[in-house]
Formats: sequence, C-alpha cells, structure tokens
Amino acid sequence: MKRTGSQIIWETIINEGIDVVFGYPGGAIMPAYDALLDYTGHVHHVLVRHEENAALAADSYYRTTGKVGVCMATSGPGATNLVTGLANAMMDSSAIVAITGQVASHLVGSDAFQETDVTGITLPITKHNYLVTDLKELAQVLAEAFYVARSGRPGPVLVDICKDVQQKSIDYTPIKINKVRGYKALRKPIQQDLQTLIENAGKLIDTSKRPIILAGQGIKHAAAHEEFKVFVEESGIPVSTTLLGIGVLDEDHPQNLRMMGMHGEAYVNNAIANADLLIALGMRFDDRVTGNLKMYAKNAKVIHVDIDPAEIGKNVPADVGICASVRDVLPHLTETLADVQGVAKYKDWYAQINEWRGDTKAHDVLSFDLPANMLIAPQVMRIIWEETGGDITICTDVGQHQMFETQYFQHTRKNQLITSGGLGTMGFALPAAIGAKFGRPQDEVWAIAGDGGFQMSIPELQTVIQEGLNIKIAVVNNSFLGMVRQWQELMHDRRYSSVNMTAPDFVKLAEAYRMKGLRATTIQEAREAIRSARAHNGPVLIEFVVEQETNVFPMIQPGKALNDMTRREISLEKKYMPASMGGGMDELK
Amino acid sequence: MLIDRIEAQKNPIKHTLVALVENKPGVLNRVASLFRRRNFNIDSLSVGMTDDPTVSRMTIVVDASKTSASLVERNLYKCVDVLDVHDLTNVPSVIREMALIKVNIADTHKRSEVKQIADMYEARVVDVANDSLMLEITGTEDKIDAALKILSDYGIKEVVRTGRIAMARR
Repeated sequence: MKRTGSQIIWETIINEGIDVVFGYPGGAIMPAYDALLDYTGHVHHVLVRHEENAALAADSYYRTTGKVGVCMATSGPGATNLVTGLANAMMDSSAIVAITGQVASHLVGSDAFQETDVTGITLPITKHNYLVTDLKELAQVLAEAFYVARSGRPGPVLVDICKDVQQKSIDYTPIKINKVRGYKALRKPIQQDLQTLIENAGKLIDTSKRPIILAGQGIKHAAAHEEFKVFVEESGIPVSTTLLGIGVLDEDHPQNLRMMGMHGEAYVNNAIANADLLIALGMRFDDRVTGNLKMYAKNAKVIHVDIDPAEIGKNVPADVGICASVRDVLPHLTETLADVQGVAKYKDWYAQINEWRGDTKAHDVLSFDLPANMLIAPQVMRIIWEETGGDITICTDVGQHQMFETQYFQHTRKNQLITSGGLGTMGFALPAAIGAKFGRPQDEVWAIAGDGGFQMSIPELQTVIQEGLNIKIAVVNNSFLGMVRQWQELMHDRRYSSVNMTAPDFVKLAEAYRMKGLRATTIQEAREAIRSARAHNGPVLIEFVVEQETNVFPMIQPGKALNDMTRREISLEKKYMPASMGGGMDELK
Repeated sequence: MLIDRIEAQKNPIKHTLVALVENKPGVLNRVASLFRRRNFNIDSLSVGMTDDPTVSRMTIVVDASKTSASLVERNLYKCVDVLDVHDLTNVPSVIREMALIKVNIADTHKRSEVKQIADMYEARVVDVANDSLMLEITGTEDKIDAALKILSDYGIKEVVRTGRIAMARR
C-alpha cells in the first residue's frame, strides 16, 4: 500500500500502541500534522505551549505507563526547545521518541529558514538519533527508534525528518524490529559467567554482617518489583532507595529505610557508611547519593547489578559487577541465599540502625513547637499525604519542595512519584502531571512545584484547560528560589544573590486561566484547601504560602562524606516568622 | 572518574582498540563526541573502509595512564553504530603506522646519505625536489620515531603520520 512519509510516522506510532503524542506544529513538520487528521480516534495530539514541555510530558507518560512517550516539534527553534526535555530523559533513562521536522533534503546545509543541525545538537543527550533524508529509510528508522528507546537501558531517541520525506509516497508495510545491527539491548563486553558471579555474590551476602540494599530505578524499568520484594524479604537485608528508586518497595515496609543521599535521613546514610556490603541494584552511584567518593562506604564490599556495562565500576568499584537486567538476576540471587531466616539474621545490625534512627524525631521540624498561624513546606507535604491517603500520582518539580516531598510523603504505591532526578529540571512538575494524567487517566494526579519552578511552566495551565484535565496543582510559595537560597545561607555566608522571587497572584492567575484557585497560609487553611480541591471535579491550583527560610535537613554538603551530615538544630534557635510578616527577609534589612 | 583513574595508573601502557562501525555519515562524529563528552584521552584514531562496504574500521590508541581502556570500550559499546570492539593490547597482533617525511636537502651531496638512511629503515623515496626528498616509511611507532630522530640532523620540512592501525594475528 502507498503511504506518504507523514502517514508512515503516524502508523508507526499507532502500531507501537501509543495513543497520545505531545507536540507543537510548525513549518517543517506541517505535512505530518496534516496527516494527523486522517488518524483521529487512533491517536490524540496534545498541543503544549512550549516544546520543552512536550518532551517532559512524554517522559512522564513513559514513566507512568512503560510505553514509549512521543513528542513532536518543527525544525529549528521547535527542535532546540526540546533539548532540555531530551537531556532530562537521557539522565533519568526514560524511553521517549522525539520526531522533528527538518527543512527539505535539498536545503540541508544551506542555512535555510528554521534550519538547525538538530542531530548534531542532540547527539550527546540522546541514546541515538537519526536524520532521514530518504523516504526509503523512514519506516526502518522509525521502527528502530522505538526499539532502541525502550530496550536495554531506556533513553531518548530523536528522528529528524526532512519535509520532502514527509510529503512523498512509497510502498509501505509495517515493520516489527527486535534487532538492530550493532546494537544489543544487553551488552556483555566484559567476560562474565553469570553463574559464577551469582555464586560470588551469594558468598559475599552470606558472610556479611551489615549488608544494605541500594535500590534504584532499574528495578522499575525491569518491572521487577515482585522479584525484588521476594529477595528483600527472604534475605532480611535492609533497603534504601535512590530518589528515582522510590516506589520499588512500599515505604511502610519494615525493611525499607527510605531514601539515601544528600537529603536522606541521617540513619540511612549512617547505615550505608558503616555497611560491610552494598548490594546496588539498578542504580548508578550518582554524586548526590554517595557524597565524597573517597570516603564512601570504606569498609564495604560491593555487588553492583546494572544493565549498562559502562555504569559498573564507573564511580564505585564493584567486587562483583553483574551486567544484566535486575529482573534476570534477582531470582538467582534469592536462590543462592544460604539461609532464609529473614531479618532475624541481622538482629544486631537492625538494632544499630534503630539506635541511629532514635534521634530522627528530635531533629524533625514537624516535632517542633511552631506557631499556629504559620505554615512550613514540610507540613504541606505531610498534609497532602494525610488528606489523600497517599493514593495519588505525584509529580514534583526540583528544589526544596521536592526533597520535603520525599521526606514527608510516605510512598506506598508502585511508581507513584514522578520527579526529575539526574538533570534536576525546574519546570518539570506541571508538564509531568499532564503526561501522567494521560498515562493514568483514572488516577488522582498532583503536580507539586515551588514558586520558582512553577513560574517556568505556567503556560501549560492552558494545556490543562484545553485538554480538560483534572489535575491538582500545589504551588509551595516561599518567595525564594529555596534550594539556591539554602546553599547561599549555608555555604556562601548568607549572601543572597538573585534568589528573592516575586510572583503573580496565583489565585487570580488560576482564575484568569478559568481554573479554580485557592490560597492557604495556615495548617487549617491548607487542609481545607486540599479537601476543597479534591471535592472539585476539575483542575485546581492551590498556593501554599509558606515560611520563607525553612531548610531541608539533613544535608550532605558538597565534598563531605556520606555520614558527615548537617542536621537541623534541635533547639529552635532560628526565629520562624510567618511569611506574611516578612519572614526571614526582615533580618536582611 | 576516580576508579578508572586508579585502574589506569596500574596499567600505564598504550591500549590499542579496534572498533568496527557502521559506514555511515556522522559515525566518526559520534565516536569523537563520545571521547570529548567523557573526557577520554586518545593518542590516535584512524579510520578506513573494510572488505565490507557497510563497515568501517577504527583503530584507537588510548593512553591508559589517563583513561581506562576498558571504560572506553564499554562506552563505545553504547554507541548504536558501533558493531564490535576488540582490545588488541594483549593479543598477538601486527601494528603498523605509515609516515611521509619531507627531508631538507640543503646540499645535493647529502641526497645519497639520506637515501642510505632511508634504506636502513626500509623507507622508499617517493618524491625528489631540488632542495628536498620525500620518504615513505611503514612500521611501528618506535621505528618511525627512530627514523625521524636520525633524519632531523638534515632538517625535516614536513611530516605526516597516519596513526596506528592494527590487526590480530589470528
């Protein structure tokens, strides 16, 4: 059958089982948008207000469904606007395919209108990319793109398609790909004998007294939650997760110590620092997780399982490095356990961890005696958790609120937290919530952002309205770029530089977008606003006006060892003032 | 990357990696971009066609005192267009480099002297001019280095070297 290049694009997407595409039309992609009209009912196009948000929404669609997210943009500025979203997907290993229009093939290289070297620009921030100048290659390239994006360690793939390629016709039969020459989803360049490696790992586990499992997002990608839980429970070993690993094991599970790293709880980092064995599963020892590498878990042996061979030994040397999907390894690791007495085997180790855990509450700001008329960001997270029963999909932005969310929201649903980890992309929350709502239409979806990040994605409010999405948006407003301010306070002698942030009237802004807007300045108002937002059948924006200078603790300052943490002062030395009274700014005057 | 630096210091030798890659536009750029992006130190990189017109062959020399060859190999594997990678460092193999050397001949009497040196290194004279002589020499880097050292007495006007190419013996 004859198909135009544009029709081949849509038919490939539909054959992949993808029913939503996030994008923005323009000159060089217009033939594809014309053909879109022929596929109404098979695939829905979401018109975003900025291409970056198309890529971020596609990323979130992947994370909430496991299906490849697709975003589309025109050449030149359309494609360059995708860059941040692609880099985000690259850092967090999200499978997305970006389709961009390119000037006609005879114009490539001539500096034509809206021409940019998109494959050149995106080369280091994609898993792979293609420029299609010949229609004969298009069907194969598109099928390859989806296969490469979703297989192995997932990642973004960009396909740049010349306008004339979209317009011309060719005989087309759908292609299914499960192999690309040269590309292997699972590479084994290091000589490895899985059986021996598993046995060696088993020996390390058997002889260790203070082991800890470091659980990462790889477990989600492999959908190995069940296999993981069996291994955890049969081994009895305590678990800590990375930021993106949150949701691989319920946080109320007795063996789950929760998040590690820069803003992990002190007892978690103490446990890792004092462990004699780290079992790292589908994680990559990011610097936010390890602190200073020279002082990282000095007495620990390391078992590292990751699907990407280049991750093993990259930051932390592995005594047993296994290049494989965690899903293929976990059942064998469980089998190799010498005894399955569970947590009883590590009684002393848990006792030690619990001793470290003992002072957590004393350092917890929510245990402080705070004035009734003030609201702090940690309370907002706790109240959202309490009021929703935790049964929601949450998309957080980047900064203090993101860390407070991990600390004060107990995650007990599989993959419920969608957040930007590796790249730390401000403005992620709202487009992510849009992608998540398409991925999980039955779910209650919340976007939680700070006043800084939210102001980067405000235009997408109209996308929410245009698509009729029932999303709840929490803007935690401390009138500062909070995390940068915190660093300036702690590391730059409180010399505040360009962190003081003004904002529009968020309630009026919501109303201008024909959306319900609410404001809360106290705990009581926060509860009422959340209840009222949940009762409302439609999108709601709630502004939480919070104390301005609440810091995220514990904190490992850059260059410090994992267990060299800055804790929150137990006595409330710092004067907390309601933001409405000027908050910490008064001290500056 | 701390670990690989430690590993690298343990193996202060030149590693020879051979990569078979898709013969497509932009593949050299992808490999070069990878080295730049990961801050890998490369001594030389030479690319050419193979008997299969769809496959090119790259010989990459990694200074293992600065960059772990194994890390380079593992990262190369992440390039979709890289078909295969072999580390020939500890494999019996033939390693060659070619150079063209233009030697200064200030005095025409020196011409035969230079020709004699060329013969010792099995180098061929490929061009003669009034004031210079061009030699073609093939061999290991050491051999070419040695020839250049001797010839430098006469004055070297220009040198071009191909970088290492290598092939396992079996």
